Amino acid sequence: MSAPLVPNLFNVCEVLTLAIVWIVDQILYGLASVIPPLTGLAQWFDPAYRDRLLLTPLAAEPLIIVITWLIAVTVIVIWATLFNLLTMMWVERKFYSRLQDRYGIMISIWSLPFWPFNRTRRPTHRGTGYLQNIADGVKLLQKENITPRNADSAMFHISPVLIASSTLMIFAALPWSSGFYVANLDLGILFIFAAFSLAPLGILISGWSANNKYTLVGGLRAAAMLMAYAIPMILCVIALVFYTGSLNPLTIVRQQERTLVSLGPIGIPAWYIFSPQILGFIVFSVSMMAEMERVPFDIPEAEGELVEGWTTEYSGMRFGLVFGFKWLRMIAGAALITILYLGGWSGPVFTTLYVGGVPVPIVPEEAWFLLKVYLVSVVFIWISWSVPRVRIDQILNIGWRKLIPYSLATILIAAGSIAWGVWAVG
Amino acid sequence: MPEFWINMGPQHPMTHGLWNMKVKVDGETVTDAKPEIGYLHRGYEKIMEVREFQKNVVLTDRLCYVSSITWSHAYCLAVEKMMGIETPERGQWIRVVSLELQRIASHLMWLAAYGPDLGLLTGLLWALRERELFLDLIQLMSGARMNQNYPRVGGVRNDLPENFEAMCRRSIEHFLKKVDNEYQRVFQESKVFRMRTEGVGRISAADAINWGVTGPNLRACGVDVDLRRLDPYETYEQIDFEPQVWHDGGAGDSYARFICRFNELRESCQIILQALEKMPKSGAYRVKAPRRAEGEGYAKTEDSRGEALFYVIGDGDDRPYRVKIRSPVFCTMAATPLMLRGNKLADSVAILGSVDVCVGEMDK
Repeated sequence: MSAPLVPNLFNVCEVLTLAIVWIVDQILYGLASVIPPLTGLAQWFDPAYRDRLLLTPLAAEPLIIVITWLIAVTVIVIWATLFNLLTMMWVERKFYSRLQDRYGIMISIWSLPFWPFNRTRRPTHRGTGYLQNIADGVKLLQKENITPRNADSAMFHISPVLIASSTLMIFAALPWSSGFYVANLDLGILFIFAAFSLAPLGILISGWSANNKYTLVGGLRAAAMLMAYAIPMILCVIALVFYTGSLNPLTIVRQQERTLVSLGPIGIPAWYIFSPQILGFIVFSVSMMAEMERVPFDIPEAEGELVEGWTTEYSGMRFGLVFGFKWLRMIAGAALITILYLGGWSGPVFTTLYVGGVPVPIVPEEAWFLLKVYLVSVVFIWISWSVPRVRIDQILNIGWRKLIPYSLATILIAAGSIAWGVWAVG
Repeated sequence: MPEFWINMGPQHPMTHGLWNMKVKVDGETVTDAKPEIGYLHRGYEKIMEVREFQKNVVLTDRLCYVSSITWSHAYCLAVEKMMGIETPERGQWIRVVSLELQRIASHLMWLAAYGPDLGLLTGLLWALRERELFLDLIQLMSGARMNQNYPRVGGVRNDLPENFEAMCRRSIEHFLKKVDNEYQRVFQESKVFRMRTEGVGRISAADAINWGVTGPNLRACGVDVDLRRLDPYETYEQIDFEPQVWHDGGAGDSYARFICRFNELRESCQIILQALEKMPKSGAYRVKAPRRAEGEGYAKTEDSRGEALFYVIGDGDDRPYRVKIRSPVFCTMAATPLMLRGNKLADSVAILGSVDVCVGEMDK
């Protein structure tokens, strides 16, 4: 089994916090030589002084723990948005451009105006395009933020915050490897779903408050569709819980690390996609695609008939938030599929080197996890750029008449396979 | 929820051009619709009265900017009938080739617009990619990609270039391969595409005829009407081709309209190949047209979107006394409320995209 690159995010952040506190402490000592009353404060932060007075160690102080948590959360947010969100947008834009026989985005580091090398031999539009999304974000930041005259201003401004914050909340409980997570909740999957299902509320609020017919219809559609598709998703997880006996993502992944059956040298891992839950996997993926508002199910903002749906009236960075965070939800959705059905971060080969007794992962768990997440996402992108959009009543038909019965069937299959011992619990 | 009107236009991603479709919805169901046109009215029939016969071709090019040659040709045909002159045979064949090339380019533009209407942006870029081939051919022939100003009263402006035939064959061969493999899979055989288009926007053949719907939209209702066959102009009578009519059940819906247009792409390719074969390899392509004329000229042609009609009256001056244009889209637009009523709001895009609206010729 491979090992995580980040053995424990909290411990890593604790080291970081203590280092920062040490620097602050030195500054405080320096200031205390000028302002003597600060000496006590500086001594409070001094680990050596605390040792002498037999105080609790600094790392156990509530203040330090709080700061450590804040740093851990910041690390995850930066990791999710500044790395994964940008990369996912880049992957999508590049992928569908290639699908459509064109180059796609090409703004790269060569396009920067202050690039010191010879610009004549480095044309601005030649590159991989990774910086295009940053350029777009900067452009959106520069734009005016317009509120429609008759909009319910408070609601109109709250809903991007609600959508963005609830999306970020997902990442509080979403592990990226067996060590790289903020919180290890017993009911982690449930928490993720709860955070996931807050966004339709924000969409409904924004659709209503903008006082525009397009946004209203888009918001109502979004509410109808996202609620219809959240049900089969939850039912599939219920079916899966028959197998896992737990809602903790770490536990669920650990269960999938064993080998199901060996075909010669190749061991098929006990991923839940290879269990009788394959039907659940399909239903879950389709529902997840709807939850992400990707193209066959992008009815809430069908740009053909509803201009931009519920995002019509947003401008500037508010639009950027509600638009860009869809990719964050896509990452979260793909990560959920990976954790629940595709073995999470368990790599198919042994990849840990022991250098002087210290395990060094050649391909760390995070790499396996990202690989799977991005592969799942690329499949989603591929599908969504090769089919037209489905109509709203057809979507609801698919949701209520097909997916919900199928997901109920997965519960029956799960219960039956446990009862007859086809699959062992845990 | 009370019924309310939604403006689909004039600034809306659905409208290909500048017009407004007011749609009254009850929840998601369309209960009424009202097209509002005239945003692009340029007074064509009036400004054509103050220009000489030949100079009007520049104007008729801009009637429909994605189907220029067909409109200019219809005008030239009417003026020729008024003047009583006949285009030389090679000129007629060249006209047929140019008309069909323009028809393919126009249908590809429609296909490109229909894709994103249904949420399939890939369709847009694929169709525009192949449209380049035909724009290149038209450019080779006339020197321009848009507003070619190619037909002349009495013929065409210039002869075909030397290697035109070979280029044409090569492009068509490539295009037919793409149609059979890529387009067919991404549009016609796609389950989601059929879910969106089948059974929506249905109009009966009787209604369609009464409201003046013509062209592919009428053929999709199962009525075998094609002026190239019924009232052949130029050399269409010497060409063996099959007008694309929907014969199966479920006529008159968006899918039937799609299929008729889609198959016309292939049919037009066959017409071009035949025309290239039967065309005399040399000869005059234009006769000199008189400067002044008196009389009445009346020509109707099978335009990309239906029956285009020009009625030109000359009073002995060097410019027309009166010009009347009959635009197929103008009549089809009047019938769109019939197609829209009872469908879902999301279908309005699938319906209006399938009738192939060109605002330039509609507003004149």
